[in-house]
Amino acid sequence: MTIELTNITKRFGAFAALDGVDLRIADGELLALLGPSGSGKTTLLRIIAGLDWPDGGDVSFDGENALARGAGERQVGFVFQHYALFRHMTVFENVAFGLRVKPRAIRKDEAGIRARVKELLDLVQLDWLADRYPTQLSGGQRQRIALARALATEPRILLLDEPFGALDAKVRKELRRWLRSLHEEINVTSVFVTHDQEDALEVANRVVVMDKGKIEQIGTPGEVYDYPATAFVHGFIGESVVLPVNVTEGRVWIGNQPLNIAAPNVGGPSKLYVRRHDMQVGSESIGLRGAVRHVRSFGAIQRADIAVCAGGNETVIEIDTPRDHALRTGETVELHPRRYRIFAD
Amino acid sequence: MVRGSSVVTGGSGRRNTLPGFGLTMGLTLTWLSVIILIPLAGLFLKTFELSFAEFANIVTSRRTLNALKISFGLAFAAALVNLVMGSIVVWALVRYRFPGRRIFDAIVDIPFALPTAVAGIALTSLFAQKGWLGAPLAELGIKVAFTPLGIFIAMIFIGIPFVVRTVQPVLIDLDPEIEEAAASLGANRWQTIWRVILPSLIPALLTGFALAFARAVGEYGSVIFIAGNLPNVSEIAPLLIVIRLSEFRYADATAIAVVMLVAAFLIILVVNRLQHWAQMRIPVH
Repeated sequence: MTIELTNITKRFGAFAALDGVDLRIADGELLALLGPSGSGKTTLLRIIAGLDWPDGGDVSFDGENALARGAGERQVGFVFQHYALFRHMTVFENVAFGLRVKPRAIRKDEAGIRARVKELLDLVQLDWLADRYPTQLSGGQRQRIALARALATEPRILLLDEPFGALDAKVRKELRRWLRSLHEEINVTSVFVTHDQEDALEVANRVVVMDKGKIEQIGTPGEVYDYPATAFVHGFIGESVVLPVNVTEGRVWIGNQPLNIAAPNVGGPSKLYVRRHDMQVGSESIGLRGAVRHVRSFGAIQRADIAVCAGGNETVIEIDTPRDHALRTGETVELHPRRYRIFAD
Repeated sequence: MVRGSSVVTGGSGRRNTLPGFGLTMGLTLTWLSVIILIPLAGLFLKTFELSFAEFANIVTSRRTLNALKISFGLAFAAALVNLVMGSIVVWALVRYRFPGRRIFDAIVDIPFALPTAVAGIALTSLFAQKGWLGAPLAELGIKVAFTPLGIFIAMIFIGIPFVVRTVQPVLIDLDPEIEEAAASLGANRWQTIWRVILPSLIPALLTGFALAFARAVGEYGSVIFIAGNLPNVSEIAPLLIVIRLSEFRYADATAIAVVMLVAAFLIILVVNRLQHWAQMRIPVH
């Protein structure tokens, strides 16, 4: 099912949680909403689910106005960050809940419900836990039961709020892989919210990067990593080295030192963004120099803190270089960004 | 009634990480003995002045049986009413924001704090045949003051805070996400309340019920003013005990007291078991 969000706004008091968001989610997609806390990503997810209502804008599912329907009528499966399992029910009853509350006319009979729950518990590979209570399960197990419960009623959209948020690193990794393969298996349009770039880049087909209630960039994981559209995206995803520069008449200046790099379409005070692994210590000079402050070596690399004079201030950047070119504390080195972006302030 | 406490067995000679077992256990036993067990043992001892036949005679006499029936029966009914109405009050106080909410919240505690005699006199004048509520009710042919109905109302009055104050914190702690989960799974409001919220509250509801019931069984002050105190009709067991005491028939009084004690103990035991069972279904983290 396709989801279309048009010009969604939502305020909480004076705080604009969402500020004119447009987004189209294609059928069968696995989309990540990525952003820091307060970026509006969870609010957007809850609006799609019908748990919150926008102050303005439209939500449509397959061209139908979804705002005319309540949460229960949207055929949306929602997995909560803290799972929200019903503690007084067994795992089996939790998964069966959505089937049992259907109106009598379209409710499955007991045997039908049993069969469907079994099917879902098999899908999440936890059929052996059917008689347990949620508090007797581990975090990863609860997460999967919450997912099974959301899928029981065959939703047309699956929404997950920070699905890996409360899990430790190892379980998180497993669950990422598992979620991706589950999506390949059931292929239901899925949207998940995360503040963790690894979650988004590893799992999603497409990533929506949000900040302060706005969408900063939409693209594949490769696109948002390699071609960040804004300074925010560059800074938020991956590790960046940031240097303050000034651009006048197409020339880039760092302090009063001109740099031999191009600055298309930018002018005035700006920031030079370089991925940490794209910054090299080399012989090739573009005019960017720094003083080595501290060097430590481990394995095949050495990591150096290099202080660059930018205007009156010093910016210390940390870069990794191969060990064959040994750096000494105190020496001045040429820095060469293999790839870079310049964004105006 | 204890939720998820950590149990420490002590005194086995091994060093315990939680110190003070001996001291606190000793104090607990001494205190409970002095305050509860010794007075109750005295009560039992006093009844041994009676032969079994005499004892049986007293407790099976028509007046005693009726008094016990009135006390326990009306207390049970009043606790049930408090269970239902108290749940509704809690729901409104916790879930909605309305002007005067804090005042209503404070009003709930009044039956705790008010001297019971004051409550009894207030209720009596209110429900007397010329009272504000008594007069219109009398026109409908309903007599409250000086009837069992009056006892019932006094018992409701003193019991309501027990239900409200035990259920309130549990409802406040209930995660709103579970209601959202139910809604997004297609449950309507009624199904959400019935299948999700209410089951989560059952242990607290049972505790509130048991406390309200126990309080109503033992209630004396507020009831005697409104009851009319006709033997066999509107005479509660605690009053009968007082009457026997004033007649210097101490053994008779203690015999009735022992029956009340045992009955109350059994009922609270049953409620506790029910509660335990409900708790087991909702294991604590």
